[in-house]
Amino acid sequence: MARKSRKIPEINAGSMADIAFLLLVFFLVTTTMDQQKGLRVQLPPYPDPNVPPPVVEQNDRNVLEVLVNSGDQLLVERKPLRINQLTELTKRHIQNEGRLPNFADSSQAAIVSLKNDRGTSVQRYVEVYNELIRAYVEARDEYALNKFGRSFKDLPKKSEQALEVQKKYPMKISEAEPVEYSSSN
Amino acid sequence: MSKFKKNKGKELPAINTSALPDIVFMLLFFFMVATKMRDPTVLVKTALPIVSEVEKIEKKSWVNHILVGPPINTSKSGTAPRIQFDDKFGMVEGANGVQAYITLKKNEHPEGVRDYLTTAIKADRSVKMGLIQDIKQELRKINSLKLLYSASEGEVIE
Repeated sequence: MARKSRKIPEINAGSMADIAFLLLVFFLVTTTMDQQKGLRVQLPPYPDPNVPPPVVEQNDRNVLEVLVNSGDQLLVERKPLRINQLTELTKRHIQNEGRLPNFADSSQAAIVSLKNDRGTSVQRYVEVYNELIRAYVEARDEYALNKFGRSFKDLPKKSEQALEVQKKYPMKISEAEPVEYSSSN
Repeated sequence: MSKFKKNKGKELPAINTSALPDIVFMLLFFFMVATKMRDPTVLVKTALPIVSEVEKIEKKSWVNHILVGPPINTSKSGTAPRIQFDDKFGMVEGANGVQAYITLKKNEHPEGVRDYLTTAIKADRSVKMGLIQDIKQELRKINSLKLLYSASEGEVIE
C-alpha cells in the first residue's frame, strides 16, 4: 500500500514580523547613541626630573599669554579681556606676520600659552580653549580660501594642500605647567 | 450590455506584507549593531560644557573614559567632585588611580595601537581645573598624551 505523498505544511510566518518588532523596540529603547565629541588635545611629555628643562629662547612677542583666574576671568597679555574678543585677538596675533610690534613675527613662530588657576571651572577653561581653536580654524580657512578657493575642512585630509595650510598655521597652543596662583581650590 | 459595470462587490486587494519582516529585520540588525549593551552605571553628574569647535572621534574603541563630577548620590558620597572609572569611584593616585586604570586599559589593546588610545575626560562644567590638572599630570607620567575634553556641540552663549 503506497503511502500518500504528503505535502509539508507551510510554516506560518505571519507572526515573524511581530517577533521582530518586539526585538526592534527593545533595541530601540536600549540604544544610546552617545557620540565622542570634544576638544582634542595633545599633552606635552612629562619632564624628566633628572634633566633640567631646556631653556628655550622665546621671543616675547611670539607668545600670546592667556591666563584664566579662579574667578573665571581672562587676562591676555596682562590685560583683562572679554571672552568674545579672544578669537579676534588670537587671530590678530597669528596673522600678524611681523606688522604690529607686540604680536607674532610669523604664523609659524606664533605660540599661544594657556595658563589656568586650580580654581578655574572646566566650563570656562574649555570655552577659552575653544576660542583659541576657533581662531586657528578661521585663520586656516581664510588662508585656504585665498590660496585654493576652498575652506580648510573641505580640503581632502592629508593632501598636499591641507598639509601646507597646517604648516602655515601650526596649532601651537601650550598648556603650561601647573602653577599655583592662589590658595583657593 | 454594460461595458462599464461597477465593480461594487469587489473588495480591495489585500496589501502584500510579506516584505515587512525583512524591513523590520533590517532595522533590527541596525539597532543591534549600534547598541552598546553594557553602559557603566554613572555615579557622577557630568553636564558637559558646550562649545562650537568640537571634533568627533572616529575610533570609539580607542577611547578610555574618565568621568569627573559631583556624585549623584550626595547622601552617600558627599558633594565634592569625584573621579569615576568604569563603574566605580577612583582616585587620582595610588592603586585605584588614573595611572593604574589607564595602564589596565592599555593592556587590553595590542601593542601597535596603544599609542593611539585617547583619554576622554568627561568633566562636569562646575568642576575646578585643579582636579583635572592632577589627572593630566598623571596621564603625562605614563605617557598617554592624547586627551579629549569631552564637550557637547552648540553655540556658545555669552
